[in-house]
Amino acid sequence: MATKNQSSTAESVVLKDYESVIIFTPVLSEDQLKDAVSKYRTLITENGGELVHEENWGLTKLAYPIQKKTTGFYILYEFRATPEFISKFELAFRRDERIMRFLTVALDKHALIYNTRKRNGEFNQSKKEQKQEGGVK
Amino acid sequence: MKKKSQINPAMVFNTTPEAPQKKKFCRFRKNGIKYIDYKDANFLMKFVNDQGKVLPRRLTGTSLKYQRKVTQAIKRARHIAVLPFEGDSLK
Repeated sequence: MATKNQSSTAESVVLKDYESVIIFTPVLSEDQLKDAVSKYRTLITENGGELVHEENWGLTKLAYPIQKKTTGFYILYEFRATPEFISKFELAFRRDERIMRFLTVALDKHALIYNTRKRNGEFNQSKKEQKQEGGVK
Repeated sequence: MKKKSQINPAMVFNTTPEAPQKKKFCRFRKNGIKYIDYKDANFLMKFVNDQGKVLPRRLTGTSLKYQRKVTQAIKRARHIAVLPFEGDSLK
């Protein structure tokens, strides 16, 4: 159908929003972890993606043991990339022995709003207030 | 803020010794929560029992739309070891 809708032409690559949580083995040293984190950071940017946010949760206790380890380094990347890039990105995770577990999730509009608000620190203090306000309104 | 002190007519006639049942509501609809974060273990703990199983809608009052999202979030959380697959006395 020929409509007025101007669909995105080939010149602009469509980027989607994603979020990846990676668990690194706890046996890594601090420098090794930094190397690994920066490796995937550059992998995103080199493949036409843009890194929106990066978060390091540090050494965190796992809810259950993975590869007989009870802790892990959690790293979170929020990025925009082409859908083709994801398979490449996850292949790199699978080949990397330092990574115990990973999860990549496509973000919808509600998730984006949530993430930006969380980054601005609107939660924690405001979550309870919101609930109360919501009840009053 | 004025609190309405009107008595619910349905409760007046409720002379049975049991307390009148509180109407269940969907906390996501009521509070305008659109996205359920799978990384937030403390929040998701409200939707699993002490064995780590997902609680049914009839207990939590969640609407179907958000129950699907809760389930999805719990499954994601289990994958990244934020929530356990199984466990006893989590709470």
